[in-house]
Amino acid sequence: MRLLWLIPALPLASAAVLALFGSRLSRRAAATLGVGSIGLSALVTIMVALDFWSSPPADNSYTRVLWTWIEVAGFEPQIGFYLDPLSLVMVLVVTFVGFLIHIYSAEFMSEDEGYSRFFAYMNLFVASMITLLLANNLLLLYLGWEGVGLCSYLLIGFWYRDPANGLAARKAFIVTRFGDAAMVFGLFLLFTQLGTLQIQDLMQRASEQWQTGSIYAAIAALLLLGGAVGKSAQLPLQVWLPDAMAGPTPTSALIHAATMVTAGVYLIARTHVLFALAPAAQLAVAIVGAATLLVAGFSALTQHDIKRVLAYSTVSQIGYMFLALGVGAWQAAIFHFMTHAFFKALLFLGAGVIIDALHDEHSIFRMGGLRRELPITFWTFLIAGCSLAGLPFITAGFFSKDLIIWQSLSGEQGRFVFWIVGMLGALLTSLYTFRLMFRVFFGRLGTPVTKRPGYAMTVPLLVLAFFSIVGGDVKEPLFTFLHSALPQAIESSAFITELQSEAIAAIVFLTGLYFAYLFHLQKRNLADALVANPVGRTLDQWWFAGWGFDWIYDKTFVQPFIWIAEINKRDFIDGFYIGIARLSEFFYRAFSETETGRIRWYTFGMAAGSVLFIVVVLLS
Amino acid sequence: MELAFYIAGAVAVIATLLMLTHVNVVHALLYLIVSLLAVAVVFYTLGASFVAALEVIAYAGAIMVLFVFVVMMLNLGEHGVELEKQWLTPGIWTGPVLLASILIIAVFYLVRGGTAGLATGAVEPKEVGIALFGPYLIGVELASMLLLAGLVGAYHLGFRKAKKPEIQYGRYTHERRAAASGNPVLAGTDQLARTP
Amino acid sequence: MSLEVMLNAAGLAFVVAGARWHQADGQVVFLFILAMAAAEVAVGLALVRQIYERFRSLDADALSEMKG
Repeated sequence: MRLLWLIPALPLASAAVLALFGSRLSRRAAATLGVGSIGLSALVTIMVALDFWSSPPADNSYTRVLWTWIEVAGFEPQIGFYLDPLSLVMVLVVTFVGFLIHIYSAEFMSEDEGYSRFFAYMNLFVASMITLLLANNLLLLYLGWEGVGLCSYLLIGFWYRDPANGLAARKAFIVTRFGDAAMVFGLFLLFTQLGTLQIQDLMQRASEQWQTGSIYAAIAALLLLGGAVGKSAQLPLQVWLPDAMAGPTPTSALIHAATMVTAGVYLIARTHVLFALAPAAQLAVAIVGAATLLVAGFSALTQHDIKRVLAYSTVSQIGYMFLALGVGAWQAAIFHFMTHAFFKALLFLGAGVIIDALHDEHSIFRMGGLRRELPITFWTFLIAGCSLAGLPFITAGFFSKDLIIWQSLSGEQGRFVFWIVGMLGALLTSLYTFRLMFRVFFGRLGTPVTKRPGYAMTVPLLVLAFFSIVGGDVKEPLFTFLHSALPQAIESSAFITELQSEAIAAIVFLTGLYFAYLFHLQKRNLADALVANPVGRTLDQWWFAGWGFDWIYDKTFVQPFIWIAEINKRDFIDGFYIGIARLSEFFYRAFSETETGRIRWYTFGMAAGSVLFIVVVLLS
Repeated sequence: MELAFYIAGAVAVIATLLMLTHVNVVHALLYLIVSLLAVAVVFYTLGASFVAALEVIAYAGAIMVLFVFVVMMLNLGEHGVELEKQWLTPGIWTGPVLLASILIIAVFYLVRGGTAGLATGAVEPKEVGIALFGPYLIGVELASMLLLAGLVGAYHLGFRKAKKPEIQYGRYTHERRAAASGNPVLAGTDQLARTP
Repeated sequence: MSLEVMLNAAGLAFVVAGARWHQADGQVVFLFILAMAAAEVAVGLALVRQIYERFRSLDADALSEMKG
């Protein structure tokens, strides 16, 4: 466990080397460095995990302070790492999935320019994410938070020559900025009220000083929720994630599916004491999660671009995680995070294979019949899709999602409406997942396949598919492991048992599968008829545009801002600088006139000058 | 002696004025020569006989002759007279006259209240020679080098290679434009006379 | 030509000054002025001839290609 600091340090060092010398390295060297650093990091994580598992340290947590970062008037945040089961589980997932995605991207990005730049950014991202997860104080966590935001911006706009990508990157950065600002205010409040930002001390002091229902706790928790909402793309800040699909597919897989977007979940789980002290805030978390999972689910149902379907699906699934956090099912949320990381990364990587194979075709309506062309991709995609939709008992996703749905009913703060929402979300999930599957893999061949993936791209798919299946079986050991870090969800009895809830979920899954089959494979004209119908078309367009959030934000924020900037274009400060330029111009023209090129003029100048000189000398 | 001084001075001034106002170049040159000769007389009356001789031999005799040669070579003729008439307008000479009058006022102001009368006694050429070979030796050498430079420069500038294609800027830019706009003054004289 | 007049005038002033204080310096300086005037006339007239050949006119304003 003394090697804990290597886990973020290795990718960070690799990122630095790639950034400085990347252009001089061959592709092979850059890939070896980029993938190898994450691989080593994953290896160290496994070693640390085994050590932690076999001989858990005192109090089930291990702290290692590297140095004191700032020392100002009683404010002394450190560069310190705090390892407990929660952060260990998350770091394991991040490094492991990250490693697989890096291997995949070594082949996926092999034809792009900026190869080493890509790995530098990805490594920097992993380093920041691990810093975020291992941080022992909120300021270092915020450093990691900003780091992943930066890398997200850099990677979304990776293909910078197309300005649309830059626009998407800026949108992501600015929208998450709102969340980040809220989080900073939360940090301010916590520090001024409780005097520290060390997470463990903070939780202790909060539980001592603040009563349940205290206004400070509520405000602090709501502000932190604001930060989480921004980073995890929940309502109302979910608008950036679909556009973030402009980045390379491995980026979408790593950042926008498996890891960065779950930083919000981690934050709330880490500060769960605070949320427990503020039930109103916790309810807000649940409401945000529930609303988001529905909104995103409906939107995913109408998308054409394969990656946008997956993006909205991610938003929806994180909504499930927030819902779990909101009803007090902390461990279930982390469990769902783990399984989601596996199958969502797999889905994105599979989508990447498809897009690459069809020579950059993104629209599912132009795909089809890839079942026979890309068999490995098909089967792994199928496994991941079933996991996402919740195929009972076989797939990991079923266990985690249904646990959340069950605990949203039976948990301490559970309500019936959350259960209904969860089930509806599951129906939508099944619907859009199988819509995707049927459109892309079944039916007649759409766009022909021009390129097949190599080993570097298929092996990660297989590994992730394996984990998408067996990942659910670790539920019991995982929960006992996490017990020291996160409280067990308290289940009260509800009007149905858990098994009955699971049965209903299975029925929902099958319903979604059937309707997707009906509309998207058997009788595709039904789907067209639905869209042709005026009500259907309105809904289709509205959900396609993400429930109009982009439009609302454009009208309320962007246009007024542009209008103000336009009005202010000629303010007096600008006028001052323009005035200086004008003055210079005036003098330039004036002096240009004196250069007539005529000898007589120059001679006259000289004569007049000497006469003047003489007169002045005489008079003085 | 003093009378000669005043008469010679008056002749010099009047000759110079006439030189300035006459539009025929050769006439002006001749008036200039007269002016220089008058100045030589002034020198003699001052007792500087050496420079008087020098003025006549070198200035009036060599430099002015050179002037006359070049002017003759330029062969300006009637057109030249017309040109000068066009150029000698009040607009042209007002400025310089103003400056010159300021200078004259300055000169008068400087020499006001000075002692009147000329000092008697001439400065012998012998004295001048001693001064030249004595303290002013360097100046003599420099003057000779200056003359060498002038010689080389004049030779080079006056050299006409037979086969060099003349760039004739005047033909294509200023002169052509001027000719096109029917301006005989700026378009050059010879071309216009020879162009059919 | 006006240039010659001016040089002459300056030389005259020098000689007068030299005669005023009864020294040879004035005449010596006049000699130098004379040498300078000679050299200048030689070069200057050669230039005038070249200009006349190029521009076919003695208008000083014709030589304004360095304008601006």
